[in-house]
Amino acid sequence: MIPALAVILLFQLGGEALSRGLGLPVPGPVIGMVALVAAFAATPRLAALVRPVAQGLLAHLSLLFVPAGVGVVAHLPLLREAGGALLAALVLSTLLAIAAGALTFAAVARLTGDTDDD
Amino acid sequence: MTDPAPIWSYLSREPLLWLTATLVAYTIADAVSRATGRAPLANPVLIAVVLLALLLGATGTPYATYFEGAQFVHFMLGPATVALAAPLHGNLARVRRSALPMLAALMVGSVTAVASALAIAAALGVPAPVLASLAPKSTTAPVAIGIAEALGGQPTLTAVLVLLTGIVGAVVATPLLNLLRIGDWRARGFAVGVAAHGIGTARAFQVHETAGAFAGIGMGLNAVLTALIAPWVLGWFG
Repeated sequence: MIPALAVILLFQLGGEALSRGLGLPVPGPVIGMVALVAAFAATPRLAALVRPVAQGLLAHLSLLFVPAGVGVVAHLPLLREAGGALLAALVLSTLLAIAAGALTFAAVARLTGDTDDD
Repeated sequence: MTDPAPIWSYLSREPLLWLTATLVAYTIADAVSRATGRAPLANPVLIAVVLLALLLGATGTPYATYFEGAQFVHFMLGPATVALAAPLHGNLARVRRSALPMLAALMVGSVTAVASALAIAAALGVPAPVLASLAPKSTTAPVAIGIAEALGGQPTLTAVLVLLTGIVGAVVATPLLNLLRIGDWRARGFAVGVAAHGIGTARAFQVHETAGAFAGIGMGLNAVLTALIAPWVLGWFG
């Protein structure tokens, strides 16, 4: 478990260094993720080593958002004032974005004859 | 029996108490979610946040004190993002085959998410400084905070709006996509990742592994695209 965690942290560290060093708009962990996919493709042994720990982390991805979510308590006054409008904007725009994205994906997949066999 | 007051004042200042509370609240929330057969409204993030917010209110604990303990959990967001490489690698062949639909869905989904949120909020009279905090709400939290800072928004407000967006996305995705009769797990997952970042991705993993993998890609790509388009779209409402 520890070697796998060290590999994950090393890729995050490298990603952060690249992102900040070059002033990229892409966040460090996202660069680390892309680099780790490339490393997995190059060395299957690395993929086998990291995979179980990565799956363990992702199985409880929801937990990791809880601390930031509790931050809602610090914004109650604004939410009381503009909460209705903000909630309407969030709900409607999320419905629209999911529908637009999924319909576009399905339409382009059909047009290019790209069907999923799974 | 000793006086409990000094014990409480010691424990409430140490990270241990609120770290433990976070894990216990999540364990309860996850058990409720499982007991309801992963019903969308019984979202574990939503339940855990409500439990902890009530507990902070009841004990008069400031958010900063809570975060001292909870930061250890919060830190793992970065490694978890890197760990998305595993499902991505497992689906690499399918990702390569789906490059074109993904690119189209990314552009449409990302612009829709930013532009429709700003248009609706502006029409309902939300003041301009709050719009800057709202613009990056579909991106993953650490990225959204960076974008909001660059736009002159309030990072902590952005964090809350990002969270709410993720919860809304996780709650509405399954009924909405069933209503639209979209059966392709790639399309379903990808759109949810673009619109509702990590919380949507977590929900997608609960439903189907392929959906989860594509949601992770959607989230990663949208983090990059929103950083590029948010200043431009915000300019329409300035």
